[in-house]
Amino acid sequence: MRKDTLKRLLSYLRPYKTQVVLALLCAFASVLLSLLGPVFIGRAIDAMLGPGRVQFAPIVRVLSLAGVAIALSAVAGWGMQVLTRCLSAKASQDIRRQVFTRLNEVPLRKLDRRRHGELASRLVNDADAVAEGLMQGLGQLFPGLVTILATIGVMLVLNWVIALVVILITPLSILFAQFVGRRTARFFRSMSNAQGATSGFVGEMVEGRRVLQDLGYEQEAGRQFDRLNADYTREYRRAVLYSSFINPGTRFVNAIVFGAVAVLGGIYAIHGGITVGGLSVFLNYANQYTKPFNEVTAVLTQVQTAFASVERLFEVIDWTPETPDAKGALAPSHSEGYVKAEEVCFSYNKEIPFIRSFSFATQPGTRIALVGPTGCGKTTIINLLMRFYEVDAGSITVDGQEIRTVRRDALRSLYGMVLQDSWLKQATVRDNIAYANPGASDDEVVEAAKKALAHGFIKRLPQGYDTVLARGGEDLSAGEKQLLCIARIMLAKPDMLILDEATSSIDTRTELLIQKAMERLMVGRTSFVVAHRLSTIQNADEILVMDAGQIVERGRHEELLEKGGFYAGLYNSQFGGV
Amino acid sequence: MKQIAKCFKGNYREMTLGPLFKLAEAVLELLVPLVTASIIDVGVANGDTAFVLQRGGLLLLLAVLGAAAGLTCQYFAAGAAANFGQHLRRQVFAQVMRLSPAETGHIGTGGLSTRITNDVNQIQAALNMLIRLGTRVPFLAVGGILMAMILNVRAGLIYLAATALITLVLVLVMRHTMPKYGEIQAGQDELFRLGMENLEGVRVIRAFSRQGSEKKTFDASADRLTKLLLRTGKISAALNPAASVAANGAVILVVWLGAGYVHAGTMQTGEVIALVNYMTQVLLALLVAANLIVLFTRAIASVKRVESVLEIQPAVTDGPSAAGRTDAPAFAFKGVEFCYYEGADNALSGLSFEAQPGQTIGVIGGTGSGKSTLVRLLLRHYDVDKGSVEVQGVDVRRYTLPQLHEKIGVVPQKTILFSGTIRTNLQMAAPNADEKALWDALRAAQATDFVRQKKEGLDTPLGEGGAGLSGGQRQRLAIARALVRRPEILILDDAASALDYATEAALRRALKALAAESGNRMTTLLISQRVAAIRQADVILVLDEGRLVGKGVHESLLRENELYREICASQGIDH
Repeated sequence: MRKDTLKRLLSYLRPYKTQVVLALLCAFASVLLSLLGPVFIGRAIDAMLGPGRVQFAPIVRVLSLAGVAIALSAVAGWGMQVLTRCLSAKASQDIRRQVFTRLNEVPLRKLDRRRHGELASRLVNDADAVAEGLMQGLGQLFPGLVTILATIGVMLVLNWVIALVVILITPLSILFAQFVGRRTARFFRSMSNAQGATSGFVGEMVEGRRVLQDLGYEQEAGRQFDRLNADYTREYRRAVLYSSFINPGTRFVNAIVFGAVAVLGGIYAIHGGITVGGLSVFLNYANQYTKPFNEVTAVLTQVQTAFASVERLFEVIDWTPETPDAKGALAPSHSEGYVKAEEVCFSYNKEIPFIRSFSFATQPGTRIALVGPTGCGKTTIINLLMRFYEVDAGSITVDGQEIRTVRRDALRSLYGMVLQDSWLKQATVRDNIAYANPGASDDEVVEAAKKALAHGFIKRLPQGYDTVLARGGEDLSAGEKQLLCIARIMLAKPDMLILDEATSSIDTRTELLIQKAMERLMVGRTSFVVAHRLSTIQNADEILVMDAGQIVERGRHEELLEKGGFYAGLYNSQFGGV
Repeated sequence: MKQIAKCFKGNYREMTLGPLFKLAEAVLELLVPLVTASIIDVGVANGDTAFVLQRGGLLLLLAVLGAAAGLTCQYFAAGAAANFGQHLRRQVFAQVMRLSPAETGHIGTGGLSTRITNDVNQIQAALNMLIRLGTRVPFLAVGGILMAMILNVRAGLIYLAATALITLVLVLVMRHTMPKYGEIQAGQDELFRLGMENLEGVRVIRAFSRQGSEKKTFDASADRLTKLLLRTGKISAALNPAASVAANGAVILVVWLGAGYVHAGTMQTGEVIALVNYMTQVLLALLVAANLIVLFTRAIASVKRVESVLEIQPAVTDGPSAAGRTDAPAFAFKGVEFCYYEGADNALSGLSFEAQPGQTIGVIGGTGSGKSTLVRLLLRHYDVDKGSVEVQGVDVRRYTLPQLHEKIGVVPQKTILFSGTIRTNLQMAAPNADEKALWDALRAAQATDFVRQKKEGLDTPLGEGGAGLSGGQRQRLAIARALVRRPEILILDDAASALDYATEAALRRALKALAAESGNRMTTLLISQRVAAIRQADVILVLDEGRLVGKGVHESLLRENELYREICASQGIDH
């Protein structure tokens, strides 16, 4: 629990200052008023002097006062709860939004290195933990503190000796809880390890269950699961058992406190050191005093969890965003199609240069094919063209304009891109095709789908163009998803194209048809294609043959084959020669 | 519920003894106010210090006994919850492994894993709490009221009314918030999904500069969740104050009544204090119950989710058992019609063909032509709507699933390996396969070279999904895995896509040799988009939109079938 983290977290409450102050006032009022209740009741009991000696007038007075105090305390308590919930939800919501915004601003390299599920979990689970922690922290710790201080005060006034006994014995329950907690931390660790192992196994088996069924492996998988399940169960039993000793333990301490107050109070009452009503107040306050101590252990775990969570969220917020577009950066809405790279260098790791002195120049409407073995840097070049990554040295220009002087959104809108992984939203087919052009008419959408040869299968979907693609189109085949991505580009009509193995999972016949449509689209448009397919390569105006981040050969298909170099070798191993 | 209730079996001892000990603890706790009352009414009233001390000793004894009973209960509770969780987890896992992806598609892979892990944990935790507090809370409440009644009937009745009132508030709040928890969970899932979607699609989103609209969607969704939380919060926040008003109101009434009784001499002051203490006890017990409600609501939601999985009846179930005939075709489709869901176009229509033992059947066709559906029907991932699929002369629906799967080795389109070693992966279909059988399979799958190169050979560890191997290597291991079992029918579903030309050709030759070695008992079904992969098959089936539009050998199809010619042309094949 670091101090600066706490300070920073509290700074998110600043916009809600009035509500914070109100919540604190409510807490204060609620606790003090609720503590007054027993005092009034004690007074009422003191007024019952014995048979025939009960003074009714003061009893009516104090009891009505008690009623008012209790009612007001309830209202203030409700107000405090609502206010703290509201505060903590809003503050955590602000943090959540900031994280989401930052995720959309940071350089892609930051995200490429991270597991997405883990980041998404920060957005949801960690932000929730912060809200919960803030709520518990504000809603329990503060009233708890007020309760402790106020009861100590009243008890000291009533009888300082008994008060001291209560004050000193009660914290024993915290010590006991801490003692057990430290002992069981180890058990909980091995429990969560066993749980992790089980979850990992389950995830893998569920993912591959179709294959397991076909292999007839379900039985054996069941046996392996039983072993992991038994381990987990053993650890669970141990951890839960020992940690559940805390509760009877603290109750035991409380019972001792209560007993001590009763006996000491009794003795004092005999000798006139305290009234019977005072003793009843004492018994009640002893109960009130122990409550926050019992609750504090539970709350502390939550607050600690919240701290770990908020640190994970602040970490993302602290990531450096992409350098913002320069003031007065250009925003061309159209490109002639001159793209030029000069001596471009880029590396993922400062010590290991990757892309080195990479140069090329396109004429409008030409097609550049990027070819090379896996990991040679083809995808990196595309990331550089789109400014997903920034060059370390050298320059890339579009229509003679250095791309760093162009606004990113403008630069990116010049290209239409179809990537290896077809990404679709959970939205209707129509919205997906119109993703880049939200205002497109239905006719335009259908036309784009027809051009991309997606119309046929879309018609066969349960609701046609209105079918919602669950989980990003999980139910579609890879080929169908890619057709939709192509339709998206067909509608966007960009000036240049980037196709990264765009057709790798579409059968060759469909590909041929798409190719025809693409040809039409590519006319007059400069295109970059990362391709493994023969037809794409054969039609390229220039093939850049890459290996280990460098261009090793360049030229047209026939020239390169004739040369009998790296490309010829690659080509022969891939297509078996002609 | 029946499915879940089964998991209590073997836990009856813990499930009864646990609450009993909790009951004992509560009884002891209820005696405390009585003892305190006697300290005041007897000890203090008579000025008897010895009596006070003696009663103090009694209080200590009650505390010790109470703690002992409490600890014993926790012991049984932990045991019962652990066993119950273990059984339920096993049951859900087994069920998930039985169901087909189609039947669980609406839940999703992640959702299924969650049900086996988190949901069961949630239920387990609730059961643990139920044993620990389920008896304590009602007993303390009821006991407190009873004890109050013993002291004074009217006071007891007032407490009864107050408790009823509090319970009513509790029920009202619960009824209002319970359904909201489902909505809140859904809201959180939605937020997680949006986060994932955004991260997965970050390139496309930035390429189209759609960050703004994505943020708007996310914010709207997050705001909806916050509003929902606040609305629910406002109501559940009223619970504690309302309960405290009701309880304290009752206390005031009782003190007022008590004043009259004390005046009349029918009650003592200490008894009034005891009455006040009982109400406090009742209130505390009820508030504990209220705070547990969140836990139980979540658990009930989990129970529903787990049940929804347990209740699914697998569409494809074991047949009665049958033995294949050796004189029949290896497999045959007879007038097969099939569609995936009602109202959709047929994925296969009127498909008929036979594969003789030892033959290689090639299947080619475009996306959505029905190639993969054909494989799924043969493996009985689905059952046909009309017609029949036969393996060795027997309808596939007459075999038990293990009987059917034993005959078939399949290499799916998407290679899936599991963490473990190369050996454990290869032995999955044939647990007793010896070293030689493994290496034979690797040799046929063209995988010996890279396995030999590994320092640990067959015992090379593999990460999840076969991490640490290239796509081509993974695919060759998957082929070897299918071959280890020496299947009578081998299905390669576009399974050589990551192999280069030379390797693929060598694989084809090796498979041929393997078929010959088996006395021509191994029939091969090759599914591919590449003509090169199937051109040498004994029979090539050309599929288009679920129909068989061509059947024959490469040369004749090239001559006579227009679609086949088109496919060949697209791949630069003209002979």
